[in-house]
Amino acid sequence: MTETRRPRAWTVFFSLLSVAYVYPIVLVLINSFKDKVFIADNPFTLPTAESFVGLGNYERGVQMTDFFASFGWSLVITVGATALILLCTSMSAWWIVRVDNLFAKSLYTSFLFNLVVPFQMVMFTLSWFTDLLGLGTPFGLWIVYLGFGAGLAVFIFTGFVKSIPTELEEAALMDGCGPVRTFFWVILPVMKPAIVTVGILQVMWLWNDYLLPYLTLDLKHYKTIPIAVQYLKGGYGSVDMGAMMGVLVLAMVPVIVFYLASQRHIIRGVVSGAVKG
Amino acid sequence: MKKILPRWGWLFTGPTLVAFLIGFVIPFVLGVYLSFTRFTTITRTTWVGLANYARVFGDSVFLHSLWYTAAFSVVTTLVINVAAFAVAYMLVKAIKGSNIFRSVFFMPNLIGGIVLGYIWLLLLNGVLSLWARSITYSETFGFWGMVVLMCWQQIGYMMVIYIAGLQSVPEDVIEAAKVDGASNRTILWRIIIPLVMPSITVCTFLTLTNGFKMFDQNLALTNGAPSRMSELLALNIFNTFYGRPGFEGVGQAKAVIFLLIVAAISLAQNYFTRRRESKA
Repeated sequence: MTETRRPRAWTVFFSLLSVAYVYPIVLVLINSFKDKVFIADNPFTLPTAESFVGLGNYERGVQMTDFFASFGWSLVITVGATALILLCTSMSAWWIVRVDNLFAKSLYTSFLFNLVVPFQMVMFTLSWFTDLLGLGTPFGLWIVYLGFGAGLAVFIFTGFVKSIPTELEEAALMDGCGPVRTFFWVILPVMKPAIVTVGILQVMWLWNDYLLPYLTLDLKHYKTIPIAVQYLKGGYGSVDMGAMMGVLVLAMVPVIVFYLASQRHIIRGVVSGAVKG
Repeated sequence: MKKILPRWGWLFTGPTLVAFLIGFVIPFVLGVYLSFTRFTTITRTTWVGLANYARVFGDSVFLHSLWYTAAFSVVTTLVINVAAFAVAYMLVKAIKGSNIFRSVFFMPNLIGGIVLGYIWLLLLNGVLSLWARSITYSETFGFWGMVVLMCWQQIGYMMVIYIAGLQSVPEDVIEAAKVDGASNRTILWRIIIPLVMPSITVCTFLTLTNGFKMFDQNLALTNGAPSRMSELLALNIFNTFYGRPGFEGVGQAKAVIFLLIVAAISLAQNYFTRRRESKA
């Protein structure tokens, strides 16, 4: 597009805007080193000799929420469910597109419908049903997430499979490959861009999801990071703002590391996911 | 392949289908049924016809939350899209390929709603305490607090989609318009905006649905305070299910109404997308 006359002025403008954008996060980081009394009193001051508590807030926050256990379960749920969704829905999508009979078509329509339904519609019955089936564990959630999250994944995958020429798999068949070998050796490698897109969208959803695990997990034994953060708020008592700040920072660190490591893929995934969705 | 593949359906679609039945179909069908019954446990229900729906529309808190949510969605949709488009436009135009800014603005999307809510609780309450107020002082405070939070979170997301749209506008079309003496403003309104209309449709509906479905940020920032006046729909439904024994059927009826609203938005999006495609 066309050049403007003063790119430098815009660079300055966007730099200032970026600083403002990061400020809320920096504010939490600063306050995580202050005593809880001083946080509530005035969050905008830097730590002083009087208000500085070192890593005290972090220690207390980790203890109160059992943070590292929650981190572990969040990781188990996110990685496991994403892998299961990628594997199962990519297989389904290929089958649906290539077979295209009445069953395949109605299956596809049901997945499309799932895409529209908000979680509140099923939350009460789902939490009852998963409890009945004993799926209230991180591993049970893999299945629940595969079921509730199938819509978007199938939708993006079927869109992609339609663009793959059938000559590829016909050739594999000529060479004596069965459907399973054809899928894993020929189709799956071609689907890699769509797999990255779906994988990123799922990870962003699963890692941050609060309500589904809150209603289905057996909370006595398992918590995820969002649940742990919310637990700190507790009932109606006063919140330990110090511990809260520490836990908030700890909750953001893995996300920011993940983002810095793979932001190119993330942004590309979001764009292609949105345009197709 | 055409001949043997259908027989392999059990393997290719079986696992997804079983999970789909457990995680979606059965709870959904049961949910629709329960909206017509009175129950406290799902195994003991009494058919009450449309009584739950009648009670939903007699619930003043719900009706308040309905227009509160609608206002919230419309305001956030407007602000987010105008801001995201403006930032994207200037980033593409003024500072070519500036990935640093793009990365910074996008970052809040990776942080979960609960964490975001508490980050902004600290900041907003800190600012409001200068006037001896807090975010739960009134529903108006909560409203604008959530608007600010939502904008901060989503402008970057929509901006990324707009940048992709803007970058696909062909250079030579704009050059040709310039040669013909078109001003920057004319180029923006007559060429660029019509060409990125697909992105505008996607982003508008995405922000609209996100506004209607918002839950986590609402829970963390205001939790409905004061006295359920800053409750968005999703939180209102949650509180009906789990806050008032005997109202589970009403909660389920609210959920069905919620589904109808969200589905209507999706159908409208579908309509606009199709109409555009048939024009092109």
